[in-house]
Amino acid sequence: MSLNSSDIEKIAQLAKLNINQDKQADYLKNLGNILQLVDKMQTVDTDKIAPMAHPLDGMQRLRTDEVTEKNQRKVFQEIAPATEAGLYLVPKVIE
Amino acid sequence: MEWESVIGLEIHTQLATKSKIFSGASIAFGAEPNTQACNIDLGMPGVLPVLNQQAVKMAIKFGLAVDAEITPRSIFARKNYFYPDLPKGYQISQFELPVVGKGIIEIEMTDGEKKLINITRAHLEEDAGKSLHEDFDGMTGIDLNRAGTPLLEIVSEPDMRSAKEAVAYMKKIHQIVKYIGISDGNMQEGSFRCDANVSVRPKGQEALGTRAELKNLNSFKFIEKAINLEIERQIDIIESGGKIVQETRLYDADKHETRSMRSKEEANDYRYFPDPDLLPLVIETEDIEDIKQQMPELPNAKKLRFMEQFSLKEYDAYLLTSSIELADYYEKVKTQVNDAKLIANWLIGELSGALNKNNLDVKQSPISADQLSELLKRIEDKTISGKIAKKVFESIWNGEGNADEIIEKQGLKQITDTGALEKMVDEIIANNSKQVEQYKNGQTKLLGYFVGQAMKASKGKGNPQELNKIIKAKLDSL
Repeated sequence: MSLNSSDIEKIAQLAKLNINQDKQADYLKNLGNILQLVDKMQTVDTDKIAPMAHPLDGMQRLRTDEVTEKNQRKVFQEIAPATEAGLYLVPKVIE
Repeated sequence: MEWESVIGLEIHTQLATKSKIFSGASIAFGAEPNTQACNIDLGMPGVLPVLNQQAVKMAIKFGLAVDAEITPRSIFARKNYFYPDLPKGYQISQFELPVVGKGIIEIEMTDGEKKLINITRAHLEEDAGKSLHEDFDGMTGIDLNRAGTPLLEIVSEPDMRSAKEAVAYMKKIHQIVKYIGISDGNMQEGSFRCDANVSVRPKGQEALGTRAELKNLNSFKFIEKAINLEIERQIDIIESGGKIVQETRLYDADKHETRSMRSKEEANDYRYFPDPDLLPLVIETEDIEDIKQQMPELPNAKKLRFMEQFSLKEYDAYLLTSSIELADYYEKVKTQVNDAKLIANWLIGELSGALNKNNLDVKQSPISADQLSELLKRIEDKTISGKIAKKVFESIWNGEGNADEIIEKQGLKQITDTGALEKMVDEIIANNSKQVEQYKNGQTKLLGYFVGQAMKASKGKGNPQELNKIIKAKLDSL
């Protein structure tokens, strides 16, 4: 799989990153190298290997269904840039 | 050309746990904004989600109710997108290995026609918060109380062929989640919501047409209207030479229209990957067996039992078991009243009619099962006729007291004194000589007329069977 510059722009847009136009060629090369490594790994025969979802060989511990958290809105909202009537305020979102 | 519509549904049902899926914050509805959003729900650095055991149990219960495979080792994944009501920048969901695999349910249309619908999967995920777009000096307000609320997303195969089938399917799932007690199913509060994938194709064609996804369908009425509207829109476009664009459309109930939200080109690429914060969810066969033992009676089994135990017709049993609340109400009355069919008629007729008219559900009924039992007992012991009972029902509904009090106060006891009834009949025969003559000339259907007159004269308190007997005897002996 090879990348072109419009892929770079799309990835950046999805990740909400501003990218430096001068560095586009570098990004293209570096990401391309990573993908080449992935391509190489794809050639390994993994038919007899179970897919791994987590590096730890464990299973999810479960929590009893109890309300254990108290209202700490005041603490959390002290570090928020803007709040009103208990709400966090963010720049207007238009659907 | 004849067109066929193809519909698949994604239903989000909020699980009735006490706390969130990955944190110990409460999920109670209606709290002050952000008072139930803890550091995990806010996506603070360094926090770890821990899965709620009850949410897993509920998912398994659903899987068992729809004969689905329960995945022995399922995986949580991050679904990445940016929106202010999703503080982490990703939603924890399940992608490749959902907890519930393929299942199947039978739906029943209002005309009794039955159909099997395949369920593709059901997975656990967290809900997002709410954005409030009212004006906060040009800003948007965010309430994260709902963020992290456990959801079970139930995905169907595109097996439905009309809006009516989609509604029947949605109602069936709603019925099941309420029967097994995993959700309150409250649609006004958003505990049960639905997205519909709709496409059309020429009848007989196998390949699917391009689909549009309808969002924001939060009532049974809306979903039918919205799907029909979308089917018409797509057929219009194709017939006038256009092409359907794959997109997400929002249904606006006030304007009765759907409008485009975003098209596939700008659609999100969610870049799912396994969530490193969560280990695989392992479900042992023993856990499934335990839950199987605790499974309540499901709608179909209840319907069959009602038919068998109470000798009810299938349609009556179907209606009575349509909601768990109505079925429970029926069984409560049945412990006090003998006539199973009489109870069925009253629950399906008077009670359901009055509830529908007032937009109430069974739980909100102003007449309790005990109150209705008292009324029906008075019909059984012939204290009042069915007709008078309807009047008494209204009075109980309006809070005027219990059946016995109302019958006493309003003097509604049926007249069983044969002497009094005979006197009344004599008067009617004397005052209707023309009809008497016609009756004697062979128009025996007029018997009903005389009974009607007698019921009127007795203000409904005469026993109709008794009157029938007396009138017939008197007319025949003339």
